Amino acid sequence: MTLDYQLIWQNLPLYLNGVALTLKVLLISLTCGLALAIPLALMRVSRTCLLRYPAWLYTYVIRGTPMLVQLFLVYYGLAQFEAVRQSPLWPYLSSATFCTCLAFAINTSAYSAELLAGSLRSTPRGEVEAARAMGMSRLTLYRRILLPSALRRALPQYSNEVLMMLQTTSLASIVTLVDITGAAKTFNARYYLPFEAFITAGLIYLALTFMLVRLFKLAERHWLAYLAPRKH
Amino acid sequence: MNKLHIHELHKSYGNHQVLKGVSLQADAGDVISIIGSSGSGKSTFLRCINLLEQPSAGQILVNGEQLKLRECPRGGLRAADPRQLQRLRALLSMVFQHFNLWAHMSALDNVMEAPVHVLGMNRKEAREKAEHYLAKVGVSHRRDAYPAHMSGGEQQRVAIARALAMEPEVMLFDEPTSALDPELVGDVLKVMQDLAQEGRTMVVVTHEMSFAREVSNQLLFLHQGLAEERGDPREVLARPQSERLRQFLAGSLK
Repeated sequence: MTLDYQLIWQNLPLYLNGVALTLKVLLISLTCGLALAIPLALMRVSRTCLLRYPAWLYTYVIRGTPMLVQLFLVYYGLAQFEAVRQSPLWPYLSSATFCTCLAFAINTSAYSAELLAGSLRSTPRGEVEAARAMGMSRLTLYRRILLPSALRRALPQYSNEVLMMLQTTSLASIVTLVDITGAAKTFNARYYLPFEAFITAGLIYLALTFMLVRLFKLAERHWLAYLAPRKH
Repeated sequence: MNKLHIHELHKSYGNHQVLKGVSLQADAGDVISIIGSSGSGKSTFLRCINLLEQPSAGQILVNGEQLKLRECPRGGLRAADPRQLQRLRALLSMVFQHFNLWAHMSALDNVMEAPVHVLGMNRKEAREKAEHYLAKVGVSHRRDAYPAHMSGGEQQRVAIARALAMEPEVMLFDEPTSALDPELVGDVLKVMQDLAQEGRTMVVVTHEMSFAREVSNQLLFLHQGLAEERGDPREVLARPQSERLRQFLAGSLK
């Protein structure tokens, strides 16, 4: 069996546009997701029931339903309601890119919130006591001790979440977006060469994963140096 | 005026009374050692002073200012005014048995943290102070190291520098040498002795009888939540009045 390298090469711009879209969707949904996850995680570990239960329910429902179902609900489901179509948000909600980012951000926020909450809970008690004994207010305690410590310790798990999200962005191709997978589908539709189409996509995902893993290794070396074995 | 005045402190966990009315007064320059067997309530007493644990009854005065307490519905007393509690805690810095340094910060950052973010000191001044105190306790060569990369003795000395950087009215030490390897205990005790000689006011929960005898000027022996004996440490240790203290000393004193 020989692969048609010529055709793949000719269609590289199609794939590169796909890479750009994949990265854009990934970056937007991760940023918004993390921004949502931090307050959610703080609510999740709060002693106040009124804060804790809504956050628990949110992460439970989101983690308990498939991402594809969530994407369909946002993209197809919302459009069914007259009120949504009349609302000033409709220009956004009718855009596939916006809906995809929204669904992905909601999904990753729930997973990130749970792992961040776990990291917050496992903060050594003594460090919290020391901060309180020094006269820190609750706000300072969270801002200076709990969150910086928990975010760092969550980094290895979070890198896993980011890799999962990268692979999951391929769902975007189902709602008409031409991301990497979308490019592969287009290529296949044009030439009927499914193996060439999808092996190229797979290799691109693999390369991106490799780069993300390197990036997180560097981040861990920087922010988790305090957990590394002593060098000198 | 007392730097620290604790009046009739009580503390119970459920039906179990841990402290049954313990009082303590520290004037400027006093070094008070609190001794007692495990379970006597000595650590709990120290931790009630800065409200890391909630006492059930009693009064706490720092520099003559009474800490306002209110009854908590779940039992125990809590600070009525969180800002006052934060302000008074900043006057009472604490050194812990397990150091409790902030793991994600270097030694220098650990010492600078509270002066900058609690006292509102500018970073330059806080840095100078931190370097001064790290040098004072003999660990300036480790200022960029993370806690996990230091020995226990170094960590505890950084923790003492962290407490000193707050320039507190009273320093509270909760068994500061109990988690250290025997050969590292001396370094930390030496630092504490220097602090005592400078005239710092210290309350020290300890198992180190030699420190209690040589360095402190007051001794408090706790037994089952009560101050069984107190007074001049040389006097008390040489001539214990109660059977309890005699037994305790027979078990621990070398």
